[in-house]
Amino acid sequence: MNESSAGRSGFPPAYLDRVGSSFTDFLAAAAPDLLPGRRPHPQLPVGDLTPHGTTIVSVAYDRGVLMGGDRRATMGNLISSRDIEKVYPADAWSVIGIAGAAGIAIEMVRLYQVELEHYEKIEGLTLSLDGKANRLAQMIRGNLGAALQGLAVVPLFAGYDLDAAPGASPGRIFSYDVTGGNYEERGYAAVGSGSLFARSSLKKTWRSGLSGDAATRSLLEALYDAADDDSATGGPDPVRKLYPIVYRVDAEGSVRLTDDEVAAVTDTIIAERAAADGQG
Amino acid sequence: MTMPYYASPEQLMRDRSEYARKGISRGRSVAVVTYADGVLFIAENPSSTLHKVGELYDRIGFAAVGRYSEFESLRVAGVRLADVRGYSYNRRDVTGRVIANAYAQTLGEIFTQQMKPYEVELCVAEVGETPEADQLFRLTFDGSIVDEPDFVVMGGQAEAVTGHLREHFLPGMELAEALKVGVQALSAVSPATGGANGGSPALLTAEQLEVAVLDRRRPKRAFRRVVGAALRSLLDSGKAAVGAEEEPTHTAAHAPSAPAPGTPAGLGEPSAPDTGGTAGGGQHPPTTT
Repeated sequence: MNESSAGRSGFPPAYLDRVGSSFTDFLAAAAPDLLPGRRPHPQLPVGDLTPHGTTIVSVAYDRGVLMGGDRRATMGNLISSRDIEKVYPADAWSVIGIAGAAGIAIEMVRLYQVELEHYEKIEGLTLSLDGKANRLAQMIRGNLGAALQGLAVVPLFAGYDLDAAPGASPGRIFSYDVTGGNYEERGYAAVGSGSLFARSSLKKTWRSGLSGDAATRSLLEALYDAADDDSATGGPDPVRKLYPIVYRVDAEGSVRLTDDEVAAVTDTIIAERAAADGQG
Repeated sequence: MTMPYYASPEQLMRDRSEYARKGISRGRSVAVVTYADGVLFIAENPSSTLHKVGELYDRIGFAAVGRYSEFESLRVAGVRLADVRGYSYNRRDVTGRVIANAYAQTLGEIFTQQMKPYEVELCVAEVGETPEADQLFRLTFDGSIVDEPDFVVMGGQAEAVTGHLREHFLPGMELAEALKVGVQALSAVSPATGGANGGSPALLTAEQLEVAVLDRRRPKRAFRRVVGAALRSLLDSGKAAVGAEEEPTHTAAHAPSAPAPGTPAGLGEPSAPDTGGTAGGGQHPPTTT
């Protein structure tokens, strides 16, 4: 920490200034070295030197939204991790999944979680879902320089909209591009290297107004299909008991499905495909 | 030639203390009381938006009396310090002691170096794994810091409220009971209830109170405001406990887990996720012993 951080001499002036409710903005003033976008960018493409996370899928259902991700991280042609977690709760009502350079992505998720909590504590209110989605877009925009050197981070954001109009679906999904473009998706979305296959799968299995169970199955099937055709996406690993991570966000808040719940659905999918000679 | 104005340092400090004390004594009181499952904040505060009690971090809460603009900027500074430390080290490395120290330094500096001292008194409370690990720090306008056991009272009638609490406080009270004791102590001196004029005062109502808890059973963020129907039912169950004291069969019911019908999610049920809790706070059942 530097001389601008609070310590033995009490709060530095920046801490007592009423500059706003954003943690990122505050860090930019008080401790800019802690922000991801402020560091010098590498001069050469370094994409192959860092682990990359791959496929994230999000699916809306009648009472909320689900998000799941496989467990693989790759470094060039190597599998660098079999049990990485790429889906995180952003706050009590939203989740964020990340594809791309793992180190930067995880740092960004941490910063984003603090950002939302910080706003909540200072203002005594939770940001609106659109506000949260916009805030994330600004953080992605700040990473553009690194993205061009192979350290792109592309998140998927989903949440339960507490202010949803009656009749509208409360579960909403937002996708992003590396320049910080922010797009609301209808029904389902996928990012990462396996997203093409995941989306094709969802196109056939997703229907509006799915129940929670049917949506979970649809999501896990999409991840299975992505792993089937994309080498950078990991399939379910019953040998090591590693299954995709799935979060559910509904009126009760966000909850991670237990491994047993996910394993049960995954095992059914595997059994059905085995029975159909591998065709799904 | 004009003589430069001279005042002795003693005189200056005395004047500033008196000024700050006067400012603080005009305000209503706040009591911070430990109970079996954590720390309870009770403030006499008719406003539902200008809070005197707030969350600093996962296990740390804040209460203040005095001038709102001054303690609000201190609260924000505390939240920032906690979040910066938690972000650059780890969430576990944010302690009440660190924040209380920063407050003490800042208040001391302002008291000695600025014309006008801050007219505030603060309490930083941290809830631990066990009741013995709970910590209450009380900070005064001149930067003195005291680590208090059991409870802290600040504000206009602090002496009288402290006296009342000292008589009625018991370690390890249930929430409803602790709230009852605290509200009685505040009501006894409050001008709003006629308690200041002697006689038997009415109790402060839910509308006149700001109540929050740091509940050690909640998984990550322990701070939770008790508002609306949840607060009314908690106050009522405290009253019921008064009536039941004569009955030997009385068992102190732990009230916060019994939300009144129509209570929004998260108010009343300690394990329910709400905006003051962690994501997925409902997945871990509270560990009641």
